[in-house]
Amino acid sequence: MKYKSQAVAKPYFIAAIALFVAQILFGLIMGLQYVIGDFLFPEIPFNVARMVHTNTLIVWLLMAFMGASYYLVPEEAERELAAPWLAVAMFWIFLIAAGLTVIGYLFVPYSGLAKMTGNAILPTMGREFLEQPTITKVGIVIVALAFLANVALTVLKGRKTVVSLVLLIGLTGLAVFFLFAFYNPTNLVLDKYYWWWVVHLWVEGVWELILGAILAFVLIKTTGVDREVIEKWLYVIIAMALITGIIGTGHHYYWIGAPEYWQWWGSIFSALEPIPFFLMTIFAFNMVNRRRRNHPNKAAVLWALGTAVMAFLGAGVWGFLHTLAPINFYTHGTQITAAHGHLAFFGAYVLISLTIISYAMPLLNGREANSMRSQVLEMWSFWLMAVSMVFITLFLTAAGILQVYLQRFNEAPQQFMVVQDKVALFYWLRELAGVVFLIGLVVYIWSFFAAAKDAKEPAVSSEAAASA
Amino acid sequence: MPQTFTKSMARNIFYGGSLFFLLLFLALTFDTSRALPERDRRDQLDTASEVGQKIAHGKMLWETNNCIGCHSLLGEGAYFAPELGNVYVRFGNSKDAIKAFIRSRPAEGIAGRRSMPQFNFSDEELDAIAEFLKYSSEINTAGWPPNIQG
Ligand code: HEC
Ligand code: HEM
Ligand code: HEM
Ligand SMILES: [Fe+2]
Repeated sequence: MKYKSQAVAKPYFIAAIALFVAQILFGLIMGLQYVIGDFLFPEIPFNVARMVHTNTLIVWLLMAFMGASYYLVPEEAERELAAPWLAVAMFWIFLIAAGLTVIGYLFVPYSGLAKMTGNAILPTMGREFLEQPTITKVGIVIVALAFLANVALTVLKGRKTVVSLVLLIGLTGLAVFFLFAFYNPTNLVLDKYYWWWVVHLWVEGVWELILGAILAFVLIKTTGVDREVIEKWLYVIIAMALITGIIGTGHHYYWIGAPEYWQWWGSIFSALEPIPFFLMTIFAFNMVNRRRRNHPNKAAVLWALGTAVMAFLGAGVWGFLHTLAPINFYTHGTQITAAHGHLAFFGAYVLISLTIISYAMPLLNGREANSMRSQVLEMWSFWLMAVSMVFITLFLTAAGILQVYLQRFNEAPQQFMVVQDKVALFYWLRELAGVVFLIGLVVYIWSFFAAAKDAKEPAVSSEAAASA
Repeated sequence: MPQTFTKSMARNIFYGGSLFFLLLFLALTFDTSRALPERDRRDQLDTASEVGQKIAHGKMLWETNNCIGCHSLLGEGAYFAPELGNVYVRFGNSKDAIKAFIRSRPAEGIAGRRSMPQFNFSDEELDAIAEFLKYSSEINTAGWPPNIQG
C-alpha cells in the first residue's frame, strides 16, 4: 500500500465477503425449495429468498467495485484520495441501507414494505433485481454520486492513466444507467424495454469496462509487463465490448412486444459479444506468460486467470448458446437462462472482485503477499468454487434442455409444474454442487484467518515473505 | 498485437465505435417507440377508462406483491412457477378462473409442493390483477410462447 487513504478499501472488501456468505446461504435455501416446495413456507417464501440472493449479490459486487476503485485509483493517480472521510461515511450509509433493506425483505411482507417506504409516490419496486424500496434506490444514487465525485476528483488532480480513465467511464455509466430504474410506466412493453437499460447495459456494457480496468491493474502489478502493452489491450477489449454489447441489448427484445427487426439486430450483434471475453482470456494468459517478475502473490494471479477463463465460459459460451432468436424462442425464461446467469455473474464479476481482494488485502494488511499456507487455502477455495459452479451450470443446463423439450418443443407439451417434477433429479444435483460451493467459500474465509495467524507468528509462515 | 497497431488507434476505435453504436441504438429505440403503439395495446391503458384504471392498479399490485419473484412474465423474472404472460389464454380466456386460482391458495401452502402465498386480496384487487394479466396476454410478442403451456 503506497498511499494511506487506500486503507478505506478494506471495510468495503470485508462487507462484500460477508454479504457474499448471505447470498450463498439464501441460494441454498432456494435450491432446496426447488425440490421441497414448501420448505420454510410461508415464513420465507421463494420470492423473498430470491430477492435476498440477487440483491445481496449486486450490493456486494458494488461494494467490491467501490473498494477496488478506492484501492487502485490513488495508486494510479499517484496521490491520496480526494476525500477519504467521504468514502468511510458512504461505506456506512451503504451498509446500513443494504442491511435495513434485507431486514425489510425478511421481516415485513413485501406489500407492507412498499407501503411503509412510500412506493406509491414513485413506484419502482417489484421488478426483477430492482426490488429495493424507492428510498433505498435513492440512497444508492447518493452513495454512487459521492463515490464518483471522490474518485473523479482524485483522478483529475493526479496522474491520469488509461486504467483509471476506463474505470471512471465504467463507473459513470453504471450510475447513469441505474437512473432508468426510476422509470416504471404502466405500459409493460416500455417498462421492460428500459428495464434492460439497467440490467443488460450494466453487465454486458459498462461493467465490462470496470472488469477490464481492474484486470489490467492487477496484471500490471503482478506481471510487470509494460503498461503501454496492457493499455492497448484494454482499449481493444472495451471497444469490442461496447461495439457488440450496446446493440446486443436487442437479444432481450425478441418477445416482449418490440418490433421483429430486433431478432436480426439482437442476434447478429449479441453473437459477437463473446469476442471481448475471448480477447480477455488471450490477454490475461499472454501477459502472465510474458511476465517480467514473479509476484509472490500466486493466488491473485490464479484468480485473475480464472476470471478470464470463467467469464468467457459463462458469458461467452453460455451466452452464445441461447442468444440467437430461433433458439431463444424455445429457451427464453427457462433453466438455460438460470444456468447462464450463474456462470456469467460468477465468472466475470464475482471472480474479478475476488481477484482484486486477493491482490489488495495482503497489501492493506501491510504485506506483499500472504503466507504460502494461506495462499494454498485460497487456491483450494478457487478450485472448489469454480468447479462446483461449473457443475451447477451443467445441471441447470441439463434441466433446461429437458424443460424445453417437454414443455415447449413437443407435439404434446406438458404443464410447467409437471415438467418441474420430472427434472427434479437435476435440481437435487445442483443443490449438492451448491453445498460444495459453500465449502469453498468457508475455505476462502479460513484463508484470511490463516494469513493473519501466520503474519503474527512468522516462524510458521513459509517462503512467501522470503521470496518477496 | 502487432506494433503497427498503436494504442492511439485502439483508443480511437473505442471512442468512435462506442459513440457510433450508441447513436445507432438510440435511433433504433426511436424507431421502436414509433412502432410500439401498434403492438403494445396502449389503447387499453387510458386511465380515463375503467379498464385502464384497473390495469394500472393491477400492475401496481403485481409489483408490490413481487409476483415476479416466483413467476416469469413474457419470459422474464423467476423460473420457479408458471409463466403468466399467457395465463389468461391458458385459463380459457377467463378472468374468473385466474381470480379463483389466486383466491384459493392455502395460507399454509401445499405439503411438499411449490406453494404460492395467500395474499388475501379483495375482489376489486383480484379483478385488477386479472385485468392486468389479460392485458399482458394481448401484447404482440411475435408469437411467443411456443405453446399454451408457456
Ligand atoms: C412464493 C412464490 C409465488 C409468488 C410470490 C406468487 N406465486 Fe403464483 N404461483 C406459484 C406457484 C408455485 C404456482 C403453481 C401452483 C400449483 O400449480 O400448485 C403459482 C401459480 C399461479 C397461477 C396459475 C398459473 C398456472 O398456469 O397454473 C397464477 C394465475 C398465479 N400464480 C398468479 C400469481 C400472482 C398474480 C402473484 C402475485 C400477486 C403470484 N402468483 C405470486 C408461486 C408464487
Ligand atoms: C458477464 C456478462 C454477463 C452476465 C453477468 C449475464 C447475466 C445474465 C442474466 C442474469 C440473465 C437473466 C436475466 C433475467 O433474469 O431475465 C441473462 C440473460 C441473457 N443473457 Fe446474459 N449475461 C452476460 C453476458 C451475456 C453474453 C455475452 C450473451 C450473448 C452472447 C448473453 C446472452 C443472454 C441472453 C440471450 C439472455 C436472455 C435469456 C432469456 O431469454 O431468458 N449474456 N444474462
Ligand atoms: C456466486 C455464486 C452465485 C451467483 C453469482 C448467483 C447468481 C444468481 C443470479 C444472477 C440469479 C438470478 C438468475 C436469473 O434470473 O437467471 C440467481 C438465482 C438463483 N440462484 Fe444463484 N447465484 C450463486 C450461487 C448460487 C448457489 C450456490 C445456489 C444454490 C445451490 C443458487 C441458487 C439459485 C436459485 C435457486 C436461483 C433462482 C432461480 C429462479 O429464479 O428460479 N445460487 N442466482
Ligand atoms: Fe443481455
